[in-house]
Amino acid sequence: MKYVVWTLVAILIVAHQDNWLWDNDTLVFGFIPAGLAFQMGISLAAGFTWWLATQFAWPVELEDNAPAAGDQQ
Amino acid sequence: MTELWIIVGYLSLLLALGIGASLYSRGTSSDFMLASHSIGPFLLLMSVFGTTMTAFAMVGSTGEAFREGIGVYGMLASSSGIIHSLCFFVLGVKLWSYGHRFGYRTQIQFFRDRLDSDKIGVVLFPVLVGLVIPYLLTGIIGAGTIVNVVTQGPKGEPTFDEGTFPAWMEQGETGFAIDGSRGGVPKPVGALIVCAVVLCYVFFGGMRATAWANAFQTCVFMSLGVVTFYLLADKLGGGDTIWESLRALSTNPHIPAGKATRSDISQLHFFTYMLIPLSVGMFPHLFQHWLTAKRASTFKLTVVLHPIFILIVWAPCVLLGFWATAGAVAGGSLPDGTIVPPPVAADPNKVLGFMVSQLNSDWMTGLLSAGVLAAIMSSLDSQFLCLGTIFTEDIVGHYGGRKRFTDRQFVWIARGFIVVIVAISYWLSIAFDGRGVFTLGVWCFSGFASLFPLALAALYWMRLTKFGAYAAVLGTAFSWVTLFWASGFGDANVRTFDLWGMPLQVGEGTVLVTLGESTYELMAVVPMILVSTIAMIVVSLATPKPSQATIDKFFPATTSH
Repeated sequence: MKYVVWTLVAILIVAHQDNWLWDNDTLVFGFIPAGLAFQMGISLAAGFTWWLATQFAWPVELEDNAPAAGDQQ
Repeated sequence: MTELWIIVGYLSLLLALGIGASLYSRGTSSDFMLASHSIGPFLLLMSVFGTTMTAFAMVGSTGEAFREGIGVYGMLASSSGIIHSLCFFVLGVKLWSYGHRFGYRTQIQFFRDRLDSDKIGVVLFPVLVGLVIPYLLTGIIGAGTIVNVVTQGPKGEPTFDEGTFPAWMEQGETGFAIDGSRGGVPKPVGALIVCAVVLCYVFFGGMRATAWANAFQTCVFMSLGVVTFYLLADKLGGGDTIWESLRALSTNPHIPAGKATRSDISQLHFFTYMLIPLSVGMFPHLFQHWLTAKRASTFKLTVVLHPIFILIVWAPCVLLGFWATAGAVAGGSLPDGTIVPPPVAADPNKVLGFMVSQLNSDWMTGLLSAGVLAAIMSSLDSQFLCLGTIFTEDIVGHYGGRKRFTDRQFVWIARGFIVVIVAISYWLSIAFDGRGVFTLGVWCFSGFASLFPLALAALYWMRLTKFGAYAAVLGTAFSWVTLFWASGFGDANVRTFDLWGMPLQVGEGTVLVTLGESTYELMAVVPMILVSTIAMIVVSLATPKPSQATIDKFFPATTSH
């Protein structure tokens, strides 16, 4: 699942460029330009992908596995 | 006058909240600098989001959409949603873990330990401080400008008569009524008040007050942004329902061709802009926020919701800027007949304020101004606290001897430094003419983004050596200073210079390279990040690898096999 999550992150980065919508001025829902609507979708997809990352790729080994050292002084 | 009282009321509320938070202080330096590592998921989300969003998120996003069209959302917002959370996930959690185990309070303490180099701080310290201060100045100048513009009295009724304040504050280059204070609170006074409020709650409450204030301010600017968008769309669209108004605004035939697409932005420029958000990986004030987390899992909410929060703040502002373009063309107007006057069209940062003024509501103007100030102050407080912390920890503590002071004295030293930093920053903001503050911001982000490879390598590449790190920092400093100098120190005009026979043009954080018949526009961060990365890798491989003790300490999983 970790690989799926990181693949999704890579797809997000590539999809973000969306050259295919560069000159598309269609309005989604009648008021959001297609390029903007796609990028808003990228934001939502990023939130979902990062949720998957926290569920399936979280570095549990870093989770409080060592006692606090106290601040460096 | 209503606007002024709303701002005064908002600042008083913030002051009370910050000082209220200080009542929970444990009085230790750990509490002052890191809130005793007690920050939970919600406060971390809000404080990190508030810290990364500046005035640019509201005023600048509307202005840039007005200038370049809807493409700015992809360039600045959705890219940040991906990259910021990536940095929190890949760097933040791991750095928190090291900070928790080894007691770091600043980035420099981590790098000293990881690189086994006492002197890396000497190189890194001036670079980090040198990049944070201009970033901080953009906030102070922006705050002074907002307070001034809002209190000028858009209906021709100045709040203050000429002569109320000293002449040097009221008079611009061409006089009081042209580019001076124009009856508003003079910019130096507005900036001073904002600095004083932030200083008060940071001074008394340290990180705890900063986190509380940031959470409150983030709620303020997010909710006000959404409400303002709804009211403006309803009014400017002129429809019977909100949907009719939204459609009327976006189908306005006066909107210039290209604003609904990215045809005004080059694809290479758009692509390379994605490197700019990497800057959050090296922001020292964000590093400090990461260390406040109670546990590693505290980060989860921040990682997930950060892109969504960016969407909530940015999308409405970009749409407003896009719609406003119809009112700036000859013979054009918004559906309700609103025309954007030439002075506003000439300065895109005034577009949001102008549109809000169309609501003819002093309350809305005052509240929106409070929202913009909230976005500015939620970054300023973290930056002041961070600079105070690194001066105290990395200079006084490290070179002066930490054991010479009691913990309480150490807190007072940090407070003293914060007062000095606020005073110097304020003085610089007065001395600086304020030209191109947003451009200056892009240059600062480019510098921090160029240090991102160093942060990544320090955590994931055990072959990184101290000499490689020196090379990365010096490479960043050299390339940043060279390109910033070539740009005329943040001048908005494109300047040309000759780089070993190749014509190179430097503009607003961008570089235009001409190869043959074609000219390519890319962000200046690209050559900078290449220089720092190549220097780091080549020098690291050419110098002796780190000691086994260092590798065992930072890469235990690898060395245990």
